[in-house]
This record gives sequence, structure tokens and C-alpha cells, in this order.
Amino acid sequence: MDIVKLTIDNTPVVVEKGTTVLEAAKTVGVDIPTLCYMKLDDMEFENKPGGCRVCVVEVEGRRNLAPSCKTECEDGMVVNTHSVRVVNARRTVMELILSDHPFECLVCAKSGKCDLQSLAQDLGIREIHYQGEKSHYKSDHSPAIIREMDKCIMCRRCETACNDVQTVGTLSAIYRGFNSVVAPAFEMDLDHTNCTFCGQCVAVCPTGALIERDHTWKVMDAIIDPKKTVIVQTAPAVRAALGEEFGLEPGTLVTGKMVSALRKIGFDYVFDTDFAADLTILEEGTELLGRLSKFLAGDKEVKLPILTSCCPAWVNFFEHHFPEMKEIPSTAKSPQQMFGAIAKTYFADQLKIKREDLVVVSVMPCLAKKYEASRDEFAVNGDPDVNISITTRELAQMIKNANLKFTELPDDDFDRPMGESTGAGVIFGTTGGVIEAAVRTAYELHTGKELDRVDFKELRGMEGIRSATLDFDGLPINIGIAHGLGNARKLLEDIKAGKSQFHAIEIMACPGGCIGGGGQPYHHGDVTVLKKRQKAIYEEDAGKTIRKSHENPYIKKLYEEFLGEPCGHKSHELLHTSYFDKKKKIEI
Amino acid sequence: MTPEEVIDEIKRSGLRGRGGGGFPTGLKWELTRKVKAEQKYVVCNADEGDPGAFMDRSILEGDPHTVLEAMAINGYCTEASKGLIYIRAEYPLAIERLKIAIDQAREYGLLGDDIFGTGFSFDIELRYGAGAFVCGEETALIHSMEGLRGEPTVKPPFPSESGYKGAPTNVNNVETYASVPVILLKGADWFSSIGTEKSKGTKVFALAGKVNNVGLVEVPMGTTLREVIFDIGGGIKGGKKFKAVQTGGPSGGCLTEKHLDIPIDYDNLIASGSMMGSGGMIVMDEDDCMVSVAKFYLDFTVEESCGKCAPCRIGNKRLYEMLDTITQGKGTVEDLSKLRNLANVIKDTSLCGLGQTSPNPVLSTMDNFYDEYLAHVKDHKCPSGQCKALMSYIIKEDACVGCTLCARVCPVDAISGEKKMPHVIDQSICIKCGACFEKCKFDAIFIE
Ligand SMILES: Cc1cc2nc3c(=O)[nH]c(=O)nc-3n(C[C@H](O)[C@H](O)[C@H](O)COP(=O)(O)O)c2cc1C
Ligand code: SF4
Ligand code: SF4
Ligand code: SF4
Ligand code: SF4
Ligand code: SF4
Ligand code: FES
Repeated sequence: MDIVKLTIDNTPVVVEKGTTVLEAAKTVGVDIPTLCYMKLDDMEFENKPGGCRVCVVEVEGRRNLAPSCKTECEDGMVVNTHSVRVVNARRTVMELILSDHPFECLVCAKSGKCDLQSLAQDLGIREIHYQGEKSHYKSDHSPAIIREMDKCIMCRRCETACNDVQTVGTLSAIYRGFNSVVAPAFEMDLDHTNCTFCGQCVAVCPTGALIERDHTWKVMDAIIDPKKTVIVQTAPAVRAALGEEFGLEPGTLVTGKMVSALRKIGFDYVFDTDFAADLTILEEGTELLGRLSKFLAGDKEVKLPILTSCCPAWVNFFEHHFPEMKEIPSTAKSPQQMFGAIAKTYFADQLKIKREDLVVVSVMPCLAKKYEASRDEFAVNGDPDVNISITTRELAQMIKNANLKFTELPDDDFDRPMGESTGAGVIFGTTGGVIEAAVRTAYELHTGKELDRVDFKELRGMEGIRSATLDFDGLPINIGIAHGLGNARKLLEDIKAGKSQFHAIEIMACPGGCIGGGGQPYHHGDVTVLKKRQKAIYEEDAGKTIRKSHENPYIKKLYEEFLGEPCGHKSHELLHTSYFDKKKKIEI
Repeated sequence: MTPEEVIDEIKRSGLRGRGGGGFPTGLKWELTRKVKAEQKYVVCNADEGDPGAFMDRSILEGDPHTVLEAMAINGYCTEASKGLIYIRAEYPLAIERLKIAIDQAREYGLLGDDIFGTGFSFDIELRYGAGAFVCGEETALIHSMEGLRGEPTVKPPFPSESGYKGAPTNVNNVETYASVPVILLKGADWFSSIGTEKSKGTKVFALAGKVNNVGLVEVPMGTTLREVIFDIGGGIKGGKKFKAVQTGGPSGGCLTEKHLDIPIDYDNLIASGSMMGSGGMIVMDEDDCMVSVAKFYLDFTVEESCGKCAPCRIGNKRLYEMLDTITQGKGTVEDLSKLRNLANVIKDTSLCGLGQTSPNPVLSTMDNFYDEYLAHVKDHKCPSGQCKALMSYIIKEDACVGCTLCARVCPVDAISGEKKMPHVIDQSICIKCGACFEKCKFDAIFIE
């Protein structure tokens, strides 16, 4: 390991070669402010265009100030991070950025969580000495994401997320100079592009330029409508992150408090998407075993590997980028949509109400779910299976609007029947969880034997692409896992080239899976937050008495009373879907 | 000659990059040679984005073979087998002649596989630029050739380590390459006998503005500005007084009378607050308002900024706006210190050479013509009478015969007065169109 020695603010520093001045300074307690820079270890995400110039420092012997985020340490370097020259430059640059920014903090969705706002505070900016024309762009209201580009500071994080991490390529810098902005080509609306609505651009945007479409008022309107019965489902990843919005440590499980809060907000029934996740496993697992047995019987036409289909951004991705492979993913709907379909039939029947009078709200870590809920095929006579989808962040807002002291709420339990779930349903919230849940069920259905272990540690982790071979009683099953669409693309290219050895692959669009979804509390570049959320999810699983989807008593009952058998006729009608070629739509 | 010998010859010649930065060419070649890689590239920067500059074009149109030859020599030295010429699409004749020259060179075996049985292979392709000024910056140029947005990246890494498609890439300007064959032909000693201590050889300038003879001039390094402007350029047009000369393209500085006898070379120009750039040289006379000149150049940079970094993207816009305010007569003395601070910060913090130099016209005019700035903000006057908003048309009472012509041509009825009596212009109505001034037969109207 090569070592370099330098001096930062009169303190000697020894670091590994290749370390940036920014990182080196941290080791001696010097926190140089940054704005555009963002690095998420493990996620293959690094954004350092060197564009904001807020992080500049003085390096002795250099004519100009150097961006510390992009300047590697050199032997003998003498760095000063807060000379008058540096501080003046940093403030002036910040004032410039603010001079081209709308002063809308009081009514901005990002206020209080905005990196630009907090940096302005940290730098103690009280006056903007340079004022002038501000740039204006048209705003864009898609079903999931709102783009208010007047607030864009050209940090390019969204561009890195969309192009490098997700390889979707919707966003890039367009126009030049003062007019430049990050946008889809020709400044088209997201809805008319190949955007997957994964929301990763929103997750990393430091300002209020990219935010989710807020549906909290639609939910309140439904709740106060006396004619409507309003039920809510909450996705597994929500409970592992919601607490952060109320100052709790990342990784604090708040399932019980969340249920309490939802009840107090006024939902008539509080259910769990985990129930639908269990249902998904029965459908998807059965589908896998079906394809597998055909394959083993020598059927050359059968589509393997089977790909999971519970992530709607991933569905959008292959519809746009790999439409020729649209027969490969499982036809099972996502848990959100399975829940909606069952709620609007089975549960509405139980309540003896018309489906139109039942409002299904979902709380999701996800922005793509907003889009998914609005897809035409998930509605019956114009009545959507899931009426409104809100994010973890929006739920936090609703809790605040209801004046609830969240951290002091008592624990409460989900309602039956659709609130009962197993540990398998819970782990849907993290990368590797869906396939682990599927394995727990598929193994027992296939072999007829009971598993001697429930935890499949070999499927867990944070690496972008993982694989494992599991022994299904003599039959080796090759499992692949990818999270982040860039990783998914790699596995898809392999399949396309006929090189894939996998029987089943789990794909999640968001790095980390849903715990890192676009609707989650902002992580501000701290990936340890995702790991803590992941830990919490596995903890909840471990604490459950029932940990295999097929053992969920209410799921068994659902099949007995209503659905018949997994992948049966009724299941196909309600719980499965088909996919579309969306490449054409864009090319027109 | 071995590659090392060639590089040594270039180093000894003292040749420095003609694209603006003046980086020692031999050293650049050596750096590129030293990086180990399977594939390397030789790039010729023929973007020539400075408005008014056309020395690269004239070389490419006149003698494209020198550039091809030099690129092949570079490939031989750096172990690159592929050359790319990035040329602006607005140069159709140069492109045409380059294409012919490349075909000829291939025909003669000067390009292609196993050149003259030496085992060395080299070929050249053309790439076209859309004419963005910043695409002349080498990292932006490389991105543009890769099909990416033409915007620069932070250096290091320099192209010699990681350039086109991540491979080591030697980027030189057209004029730099054109100097190479003659150095090898006549020797480093010959070349280094021309010029000053640290700047060798000759340099082509595009002389323009208020001089009698405009056009390209090639002079030995070390020639003074006075010689170029007065001897070669034939002095100032119309016998007017010389005021300033702007060197180095749109982001160079404005030099004055006191700089006229400084020998022109890279270092002297920088020390005087300007730069060599690609060799633009625009002469100004006593009629030019230096605040307006600075504003004119800023207008160009604001248009040409790529938008990647905040100080250049927003700062130059603000600089322009402040200069505009000053030329409107709405500036204050405090604005001048803000202006200077902003200009310095943009220079100090911008990502690429464009932003690092774009405030030069402001800083150099503030340094050399501070009085003019003060006149604008304190007295609200433009000494050269160029800033329309600051001019007043005034009727000399004793010269006015009351012919009423002026009152009749004024489009906004700002002039009043009885027949045969002196007229007056109401300054609050006057739009400074100058119609009265033009029409008055008695020279009774003057500008203040
Ligand atoms: C804004 C900007 C524009 C530039 N435009 C040109 C150009 O048009 N032609 C050129 O040769 N070099 C241009 N350069 C300089 C190049 O970045 C680079 O230094 C040069 O091509 C290297 O060649 P040389 O060493 O032979 O000068 C420009 C630099 C900047 C910062
Ligand atoms: S984006 Fe940030 S700084 Fe801008 S208005 Fe919103 S909260 Fe304020
Ligand atoms: S939501 Fe995802 S796909 Fe769409 S623009 Fe953002 S990062 Fe790209
Ligand atoms: S939209 Fe947000 S993330 Fe994207 S460049 Fe603008 S400020 Fe950065
Ligand atoms: S990984 Fe989860 S949060 Fe992300 S898009 Fe997919 S379903 Fe939504
Ligand atoms: S200095 Fe200007 S041209 Fe250069 S990178 Fe910054 S914005 Fe682009
Ligand atoms: S944080 Fe370093 S340039 Fe933006």
C-alpha cells in the first residue's frame, strides 16, 4: 500500500495513495463542506462532477483553488481549508448558487431536509451580494415524480443515479451555460420517456427539484368521506425507516407505532402488504416450480430463469429496454396490486360493500408504485385496485398533520385477515428477501419435506449481484440476485446471450431493495442507514412465529374460501398480469 | 531517429503548445509515451473556437500534410496507432483538403499499416465539432468525440494519462503540430535560435480591430506589441489614438500603452494580465469604452459556458449583469469592489480554462482603466461616449439658430423651442437616438 504524507490545516496527515483531500481531511476532524459530491459505498454510486466548487481548498503552490472532492493527496502537499481566500470563495460561490434559486423554503417539500438549505445555514449566509436573473424551466408533473427544475443546482446526482446506477438514461444535462439543466431529452415530461419511476433520482437530489407527487390530501379526502371505507396496506420496508422521520435511530422497527398512527389518522382497517407478499410467494413459487418441472421433463420452450416481478420499476425497465424478453418474468403481480385485487373482491364481499366504496391506500417506500397503481390494467371499470399510493415520507407528513407524538404512541396490531403475515413477507423489503422467501416455500412444496433451516444467509448481503446454489433435495437450484437496474441489466444481457446459468433471479430496482426506495426518508449519502434498515427487516423476520408464506393461516383460508389453488383459474384472473412492449411507444 | 531521440529533439527545441496553455510539447509527448497502454491516441485540436481566429484553418487549408506528418511522428513516439483530428464543421474547405491529404498519404504509404516496412502503423480519422467554444478545451473535446456532452472534466487526470475512451491521448493544437516537421528537418538548435528565452519559434496572430492592416501575421516570439500593431499593422485606423490591445481571444486581457514595448511571449503576457491564447489580437482606439469592451467579451463567455460548474455558469452571468448595470449608469462605487471580488472568485474556483480566464477582460480593464469605471459609476458618464444610456445630447444655446429641424426629426418630441430661438432637449424624454445630432446643420448639438 502506497502512503502519502501531507499537511491539512497545519495538521500532518498520512493516507493511502489515491485518497482525496476531502477524505483525508475527515481523518483529522476537518469537515470540508460539499454539495454536488455524493458517494454511496457498496452501491457503486459515486457522483463527483466537481461542479459546485463549494468544497474548494487552497493547495500551496497551485495557482487556483482545488476542489477537495476531486483532488488526490500528494506527498508534501500543504492544504488550507479555511484561509480567507478559501472562505471568501466558498461563500461567494454559494451566494451565486443561491442567487439562481427560488426562495421558497417556507413552502418547499424539501425544506428541513434540503442539503442546499442546510449548507446555506452552515455557511452562515445572511445576504446574497450577487443578484440577477434566475433561470426558469417548465415543471413536470408525472404520476410519481414532480420536477421543479427552477430548484435544480446542477449537482448531477440524479444523472449519475439514472445513467450510471440504473442505466436507464432518462436524465442528462441539456442546454448550455446559465440555461443548462438536467432533464429528459428535449425537456420532455418524464411520463413520455423511458423513465421507470424508480425514484432513485429523487432519493439523491439534494434539493426540492425532484420530489414525489404528494397524495396525502387525496387520502384525507377519502377518510372524511362518510360513504367510503378506507383501508391501508403498509409495505415491509416502511416500518424499518419511518422512525427516522421522527428522529429515531435508523434501523428502529416501528411496526406497532405505525399501526397505531394509521388507526388514529382514521383508516377503517389497517392491513399489511406483507400478507400480499406471502400470497405473491405462493403464486410466484408455484409458477417457478411449474416451469422447473416442465424444464426437467425436457421442455425446451420453457422460459428459465424465472425473474421476480414484484418491483414495478423493474417491470417498467424491461418493458422499455428488454421488451423481447417480456415473457420471462413471473406473471405474478406485485404485492401492492395483489393486495388491491383481493381487497376489492374478497374483502369487499366480506364487508358486503361495492368495490367503488372501498378505498385502498398503500404506504410504500416506492415511487414506482404510484405509477403502478395508475396503470390501466389494474383497474376494473375505471376503479383502480389500489386507489392511492403514498410514500413513507408522505405517511410521516400525515402523522405530523394529525398532531401525533409518534415516538410515544403505543404499539398496536394489524387487523385480520389481511394483516396477518409471516417472516417471509417481511423480508420482501430488502434485496435477497423475495427469493429467500420463495425458496422457503418452493423447497417445501417441491420436496414435500420440512426445511431444517429457515435462514438462507448465502442470499443476504449488499453486493450488487449475488448468486448461490441451493440443494433442493438433490436438485441444485441456481439463484441470482440483482439490485439496482444497472446490475439487473448485466444479468439480462447474460440471459439474452444464452449464458445465464440461473433458474431464478430476484431483481429489485433500488439499490438495497425497497429499504432504499425512492419514497424512503432521505439517507443524505449515508449508506450505513440502508444497512441498518436491512438489519431491522431480518430482525422482524426472526421474531415472527411463522416464517414461511405457505404456513400463513389466513393465506390458506384465502385459498380455501376464495381462490382455490395457487396459479389456478381465479388466481390468474386476479393475481397475474401481462407485460407490454413500451420501446415502440418511445421511438414514435 | 528513435522515439526518444525525436522527443529529445522536440524538448530541446523549446516548442510550447500553440493552443493557448503553452505547455512544453516535448514534455507532453514524453508523458504520453511513458504511460503503458495497449491503445493510445493522437489527437489534433482543430476546433479553433476563438471568434476571429483562423490560423489553424489557414494551416489546414494551406498545408494539411505537415499536420498529418506531425501526428504520425507523435504516434511513432508515443506508440499510438490511431490519430483523430477534431475539426469544426464550419471549415468545409479545410475538411475537404484534409480528406484529400489523408487519401494521398495513404496512397503513398505515409499512413496505414506497416509504414515503409518499419512495422509502425498509423492512420488518421476526422471528427467534427459543432462549434461550441468550450469543445476546444481538451477534455471537453475528448468527451465530444466520445459522443458525450461537450463539457470538461477536472484535471488531473490529464489526457496523456486518460483521454479518449480512457486511453492515453496526446492532444496538440494544429499550429503546434505544424511546427514539428520543420524542427526535425532543421534541428532543435535552429528552432530555438528564434524567440525569447522561454518561448521559442514563431507565433501566428490574428490581428484585427482598429488597425490599418488586419489579417494573420507570423512573427518571432519576442516581437513587441508595438512592432506588430504599428509596423506590421500600419498603426491605428483614421489616425486615431491607440487605447488598448486585447490578446488571447475572448478571455484574454486588455493591455495598454505601457505594455507596448514588452516582448510578446507566453510568460510576459501572463505577467501583464493577459495571455497568448490562440493568438487573437484586437486593437482598440480612443473611441472604445473599456467597460463596454469587457461587457462584450463577457457576453461571449456567458453564451459559451458549458454550465457544468457554478462559478462560471452563474458567476459570469452576474458579471455580465453588473457590467450592464454600470453601462446603464446605474452602478455604484461599491459595485466595483463586488465586481472585482466576483471576477477573482470565478478565476479561482472555475473548473476549466474557460471560467478560469473569462474574467480577464474585466480584471485587466479595471486594472488599466479604473478611471473609466469610476466615471461610469460616480459621474454617470461614459468618457468615450459609447454607452448610450449615459450620453446626453445637448444644444449649445449660442450656436442654435432656431431652425426647428431637430424638433421635427425627434421621434419622441423631446425638443422644444420657439422658431428662431435656441431649442432645448428634455433629457427625461430623450431616447438618445441621435437623430437631431445627425440633422443639425449648425453643429449646435453636442454629446456629453
Ligand atoms: C475554453 C477553452 C477553449 C480552447 N480552445 C482551443 C482551441 O480552439 N484550439 C486549441 O488548439 N486549443 C484550445 N484550448 C486548449 C486545449 O485545452 C489544449 O490545451 C490544447 O489543445 C493543447 O494543445 P497544445 O499543447 O498544442 O497547445 C482551449 C482551452 C480552453 C480552456
Ligand atoms: S430546494 Fe431547498 S433551498 Fe430550495 S426552496 Fe426548497 S428547501 Fe429551500
Ligand atoms: S425515476 Fe429512475 S428511471 Fe426515472 S428519471 Fe429517475 S432515476 Fe431515472
Ligand atoms: S435535479 Fe436535483 S439531483 Fe438533479 S442535478 Fe438538479 S439538484 Fe442535482
Ligand atoms: S425496489 Fe422496491 S422501492 Fe424500489 S422501485 Fe422496486 S418496489 Fe419500489
Ligand atoms: S468553467 Fe465554464 S466552461 Fe469550464 S467547466 Fe465550468 S461551466 Fe463549463
Ligand atoms: S463537492 Fe466538490 S465540487 Fe461539488
